[in-house]
Amino acid sequence: MKLITKFIKPMAAATAIASLSTMAMADGHMVSDMTIVSWGGAYQDSQIKAYAEPYMEMNDGVSITWDESSAEAVAKMRAMNEAGNVTWDLVDVTAASAIRLCDEGLAMEVDHDEMLAEAPDGTSASDDFGDLIVSDCFIPQIVYSTTVGYRTDLVPEGTPAPSDICDLFDLATYPGMRALEKRPLNNMEWALLCDGVAKEDVYDVLATPEGQEQALAKLDTIRDNVIWWSAGADTPQLLADGEVFMGSTYNGRLFSAIVEQDQPIGMLWDAQVFDLDGWVIPADLPEERLARVKDFVKFATDTQRLADQAKYISYGPARESSAPLVSKHAELGIDMAPHMPTDPNNAKNTFLYNYEFWADYRDDIDAKFQSWLAQ
Amino acid sequence: MSDTTQQPMLSADGRPLKQSLARALRRQKIRALLLIAPLLLFVVVTFIIPILSMLFRSVENEIVSNTLPHTVVALQEWDGTTNQAPDEEVYRHLYFDLFRAVESKEHTKLGSRLNYEQTGLSSLFRTSGRSLDDLGEEYQDPLEEIDPRFKEGAFWYEMLNGEGGEELLESRRELWRMGVGESMAGDIGFVPSAQMAEMLPWTTRAYTDFAIWTVIDDEDVVAEEDPWEAVYAGLAQDLQNPETITAISNYSGPGAEALQAAANNVDKLPEVNFREGFAKIKEDWASPEVWSTIQVFSANYTPGYFLNAVDLELTPDGVQAKPENQQIYMQLFMRTLWMALVITGACIVLGYPVAWLLANLPMRVANTLMILVLLPFWTSLLVRTSAWKVLLQQQGVINDILVWLGFVGDADRLILMNNATGTIVAMTHILLPFMILPLYSVMKTIPPSYLRAAKSLGATNWTAFWRIYFPQSVPGIGAGSILVFILAIGYYITPEIVGGTSGIFISNRIAYHISSSLNWGLAAALGSILLVVVLVLYWAYDKIVGIDNVKLGG
Repeated sequence: MKLITKFIKPMAAATAIASLSTMAMADGHMVSDMTIVSWGGAYQDSQIKAYAEPYMEMNDGVSITWDESSAEAVAKMRAMNEAGNVTWDLVDVTAASAIRLCDEGLAMEVDHDEMLAEAPDGTSASDDFGDLIVSDCFIPQIVYSTTVGYRTDLVPEGTPAPSDICDLFDLATYPGMRALEKRPLNNMEWALLCDGVAKEDVYDVLATPEGQEQALAKLDTIRDNVIWWSAGADTPQLLADGEVFMGSTYNGRLFSAIVEQDQPIGMLWDAQVFDLDGWVIPADLPEERLARVKDFVKFATDTQRLADQAKYISYGPARESSAPLVSKHAELGIDMAPHMPTDPNNAKNTFLYNYEFWADYRDDIDAKFQSWLAQ
Repeated sequence: MSDTTQQPMLSADGRPLKQSLARALRRQKIRALLLIAPLLLFVVVTFIIPILSMLFRSVENEIVSNTLPHTVVALQEWDGTTNQAPDEEVYRHLYFDLFRAVESKEHTKLGSRLNYEQTGLSSLFRTSGRSLDDLGEEYQDPLEEIDPRFKEGAFWYEMLNGEGGEELLESRRELWRMGVGESMAGDIGFVPSAQMAEMLPWTTRAYTDFAIWTVIDDEDVVAEEDPWEAVYAGLAQDLQNPETITAISNYSGPGAEALQAAANNVDKLPEVNFREGFAKIKEDWASPEVWSTIQVFSANYTPGYFLNAVDLELTPDGVQAKPENQQIYMQLFMRTLWMALVITGACIVLGYPVAWLLANLPMRVANTLMILVLLPFWTSLLVRTSAWKVLLQQQGVINDILVWLGFVGDADRLILMNNATGTIVAMTHILLPFMILPLYSVMKTIPPSYLRAAKSLGATNWTAFWRIYFPQSVPGIGAGSILVFILAIGYYITPEIVGGTSGIFISNRIAYHISSSLNWGLAAALGSILLVVVLVLYWAYDKIVGIDNVKLGG
C-alpha cells in the first residue's frame, strides 16, 4: 500500500504540473465542476446569489450544477452509496437529516475549526457556530423556524388578530380551516403546549404513551378543520386561495407571501420552532472533488457570506458573528433584521427542535400519528 | 400412409424426416432466443435483479449479528422471561463488539435499525458510542501509572507480536469483514503471538482488532500507534483471572516486567464490571426490554418486517397484534384495493361510450376526438393533478360555479378534495385513456354489419347492443380494467396531492418508508405484499374470465 502511494504521488504531481502548464489552472488538485444539492425555489436562489456567484467570480472556470433534491437527500444518498456511485459533492439538508446521514455513515465527519473560516475577530468556527453544530457531519448555514400564518382579512370583526399559538386550536374565536403538516413534528408540541403542559415539560410528557394520547386528543378537537400539507409551499398557497384561515409553514415562505407578494397575510412568532439547515459532504469523495468542496464550503460559510444570504431570504445566519452584518433586502431595500426568526423581538417564546428526542421517537410517534390520521 | 409407422419418412439428405424437422425447429428456436437475448439480459440485469434484491430486504436482518457477533451468541443462553438483565459475560462481549462497531461507525446504523422495533435504541447506541472510550480509560490510567511502558504503542506491539496466531488473526479479520462489509485483506505487519493469545486472550483479541483496523482502514503502522482503550480494558479483564496471574509470574518473554508489575498491583485497578459500566453510560442497558429486542431480532433473517406490514409484531412472547393505535397497514391495503376497484368501475362507465364514439364516428370527427383523449394523456401527471386541485378546492372553480348557480350556499361549499372523492375523481380522469384505448382498438374490429343484421332480424336497439355488440367488446373491457386496476393500485403522487388523509394509498406509506423513515425493510415488505396481491388477482381474473379473452389491440 505504502509503496504504491509512494509511486503514485510523484506521478500525480507530474500530471498535475503538466495540466498546470497546459491549462494554466491555479489549483491543479481540484476538479472544476461541482454538483450541489439544495431545495430549489427562493432558498436555492439566495444560495446562488450569496455564495455561488461570488465564488465563481473569484474562481475562473468553476462550474456548479444545482440539483433540487434536498427533500429526498437522505434516501438518495443511501441509494448512491449502495450503488457505489456518489455524484453529489455537497448537500443541503436539515439538521435532523444530517444527524441521520451521519448515523448511517453516509456523510463525512468534519473538523469544523480546521475546515471553516474564523470569525473576523478571530473566534474559532466552532465557537462562532456554537450549539448549532448538532452533529459531527453538519455545517450549519441558517436558522429557520416553523410558525403560523393567517389571513388578516378573514379575522372575525371585533376580535384581535391571532397572536398566541393556541389560537390555532380556538375554533370558537377563530373559525375556519387550518393547514398543518402531515407529520407529528411541531403539531404534537403545540398541542401539548395548548393543553396546559408547561413548555419545559413538553418533551418529557411527549415521551410517555399518555402524553402522546393527550396531544392527539388535543389535535382531535380541530381535526375536521385541518388540511394536512406535505410540501412547504402548500400553506402559503392555501392561505392565498383562502382555503384556510391559519396554517403552519416556514417563516421564509410567510415573509415572501407577506412582504414580497403583498398578500393579506399576517404571521405569529409565538412558539415558533427553530430548526437548522446546513451542508453535509457525502462520505468517501475522491480527493480532488473533496478539495474543491472544502474550498467552496470555507468560502460559503464565512461570516460575510452567511450575512449576505439574509439579503435574499428571511432566515437567520447560523454564525453569531454574522448577525450584526445582516443588512437590507436586496430588491425591496427593507431592513431584514426584524424579519429574522432570531431577532430578539421575535424570539420571545421559541422552541428548539429536539433532535435527540425525534431521532428516537420519530418511528413510534409517527406510527401513532398516521394511524390517528387514518381513523 | 400406413408405411410411415414402420418405415420412417426420410428427408432429402437421407435422415429421418422427424429428426431433421426437429433440428430445423431447434435451430430456429436458438436463433429466436439469440435475437431476444440482449433484451432478456437487459430486463434481467436492470429490472428483475434489482427488484428481487429490493424485495430481499424485507427479510434480511444480518446487521445485528454482523455488528454484535459475540454478544448475539452469548445472548442465546439468556432467558428474557425472567425479567432480569443478562449476566456479565454478555456485557463483556457487548463492550468489545461495540468498540469495533464504534471505530467503524457501524453502531449508529444498528441503532437506527433497532429503533424501528423499540423506541430509544437509536440514541442508546449513539450516546453509548461516545462514552465507550471512558469505560476503557478507567483501566488505562491506572495501568499506565503502574508501569509507564503501557503508554507506548511500540511496547504493546513488541509484547503481543509473535507467531502461531495466524488462526486468531484470520478469525478477527472475518469479524471485521462481516461488520464492515469490506474484504479487509492484506498484510498488516502483525501476527498475534500464540503464547500471549493463551495467556491474555481478551488483550490479544482486542489488540488484533486494533491492528487490523489501524493498518487496513487508517493505513497506519501498528507499532507506531497507541492501542485502543479496549486493549487496556482487555488486559484488566485478563488480570481478573487468577490463572493468568500465575501464568504471568512464570512468563519471561517481551513485556514480562510490565505485566508482572500489573499483576502484582491488580488491586490498584478498578474491578472490571462491564454491566455496571454500561448501566452508568445509560441505564437503559440494564433494562431487559432492550435485550429482548436485540435477542428477538438477532437472527439473520426475520419475519419482523412482514409482520409489521400487516399490523402484527414480533415480541419475545411470539407474534402479537400491534396496539390498536398503531394499526394502519391493513386498513390502507383494503382501502387501496377498494378505491382501485371504484376507479376501474368509473373508468369503464365513462370510457365505454367515448370508445364507442371513437370507433363509430366518421374518421375526421373520430380523429379530433382521439386527440382530445390523447392530449391529457401526454400532459404531465403533476400538471393534471394540480389542475384538479384548482378545480376541486373549496374556493375552486367547481364550488364557485355551484355557488353562483345557487345550488350550494357560500358558507357550506362542498368538500371535493383532500378526501377519497378527490382521489377517485382525479385518478379516474388520469387513468381514463388506459381504458379508452384498448376498448377502442377492440371495438374497431367489431363489424357494424353484425348490429345491422341483428336489427334486421327484429332485435331492439338494446337487445342488439347487449346480446351482439357488448359480448364482443368484453375483451377490451378486460384489458382496460387490468391496466387501470394495476396502475391504480400503485399510484401515489395523485393521492398525495389531492387525497388528504382518507384518500391516500398504501404506496404513500411505501414512499414514506423509502424516502423519509429509511425503513427500507418495511417498504420492501409492503411492496412484496402489494405485488403478491396483484398476482393473486391476476390469477383469479384468469380463472374467472380467462386471460385469453384480453385484447390489447385489434
